[in-house]
Amino acid sequence: MKKENSRRSFIKKVSLATFSALALSGCNGAGLDEFLQQNFRTLSKKEKDAIVKNLEKKYKAKYGKEFHVSDKPALEGTLFGYALDLSRCIGCRRCVYACVKENNQSREPQIHWIEVLQMEKEKGIDFAHSNAQYNPEKVPEEGYFYVPIQCQQCKNPPCVKVCPVKATWQEPDGITVIDYNWCIGCRYCMAACPYGARHFNWGEPNIPVEELNPEVHYLGNRPRVKGVVEKCTFCIQRSREGKYPACVEICPVGARKFGNLLDPDSEIRYILENKRVLVLKQELNTQPKFYYFFGI
Amino acid sequence: MKDKNIKIQVILVALYFVFSYGCKNKESINNETNKVITKKSELVTDYPVEAPPFSDGAFPCTDCHANFKPNPVKRVLTDWHQDISEMFNHDSQNRWCLDCHDLNNRDSLRLASGKLLDFKESYKLCGQCHGEKYRDWKVGVHGKRTGDWNGKKEYLLCVNCHNPHSPKFKELKPELPPVKQQFLDRKVILPVNLDSIKKL
Repeated sequence: MKKENSRRSFIKKVSLATFSALALSGCNGAGLDEFLQQNFRTLSKKEKDAIVKNLEKKYKAKYGKEFHVSDKPALEGTLFGYALDLSRCIGCRRCVYACVKENNQSREPQIHWIEVLQMEKEKGIDFAHSNAQYNPEKVPEEGYFYVPIQCQQCKNPPCVKVCPVKATWQEPDGITVIDYNWCIGCRYCMAACPYGARHFNWGEPNIPVEELNPEVHYLGNRPRVKGVVEKCTFCIQRSREGKYPACVEICPVGARKFGNLLDPDSEIRYILENKRVLVLKQELNTQPKFYYFFGI
Repeated sequence: MKDKNIKIQVILVALYFVFSYGCKNKESINNETNKVITKKSELVTDYPVEAPPFSDGAFPCTDCHANFKPNPVKRVLTDWHQDISEMFNHDSQNRWCLDCHDLNNRDSLRLASGKLLDFKESYKLCGQCHGEKYRDWKVGVHGKRTGDWNGKKEYLLCVNCHNPHSPKFKELKPELPPVKQQFLDRKVILPVNLDSIKKL
């Protein structure tokens, strides 16, 4: 009996089919490069430069706007920390929308990296009875306080541990980042994060072109696609340039503080040394670098 | 030899003029950008603060007060500054205008010691009573700082956020609450159409 499908011919056919499919799919050079791109952390300077250039070209074609994509590495001797004064926050949500604008979050479907929880003063910090949907005429409301939640930039981040493809990791300056080109959208990290700080692009993100922020970082606020996870990066595109994150600058009550934990003269160090600070869900040993304090 | 020396001297003098002119030019540019903030006083404060938020035409106070005879008797103002009298809520039982404003020099503030103070240094006046807040403000913990976390920072004066005559922070209208996309349109979320499954 004649063997019709030998292993050799099978492999031949499959490889032929793959190559022809690739050729027919109209993959241009850049698309193929993106498809074959390695994990961001293994790339050389030259390879990163090429990727950044490709992205700028791609965004220009897609949005008709000049983008500046940065891949600036962590600054030497920095470890970012954040402090939020619970006695000041009035729950006005200005930070939420400043963040959306700065970091090109999808408007429809909506993604917010910051969620402000309203809590009863009588109950204290109690997530089970908190309310994110409050919408009165004026804030703050009598008897309530407000706890804004965003990525806590844990020193011991469970989200990083569970990622099966190493698409998310902690940078030397303490910021946990995501490579959107490497993320497979499995959402394990979202399940692992005890703070609900990671968000998934269930649909193709939509942002009005005129509202797009063209100053972007590869690991931060560059436009995302459907099927990837995103989260707060302490405005990596701003903080690595020496600027305060957008939420710090917008806060009308000055409740948000940001700085270098390794600098003994920084605001953040003053707070840690002179105020009573707390971290959320301390018992989980995530060791957040996002501290809450009571400044009054 | 002498000729050479003279030549060098002439060149040096020329260079001096060129450089000094260049420097002057730079100064004038700097002055212009600063003009908006400093205007009258050439005061340099200890902290890079924003300009005090005067209401239109309120400053300098001497524009009007130069014509009045100062009256040091504590009273409720009814002819002028009625708006301030109405809102005044800053230990109003014990204090009045001249506890912070100077009787004789209306364009200045006045510390309890009698020392006159520019409006740009008003934080010192607030710090007389609110020492703890003042300490926190100086290190950037109370109040908002903008600029660079590792470099030049800009402070807001106390009065940029707190009305000095009624300092409690005013309530704000909150921005819209979030809409969780998971609960919006189920068809977007599920890879299969629920209706088609039901038909089977």
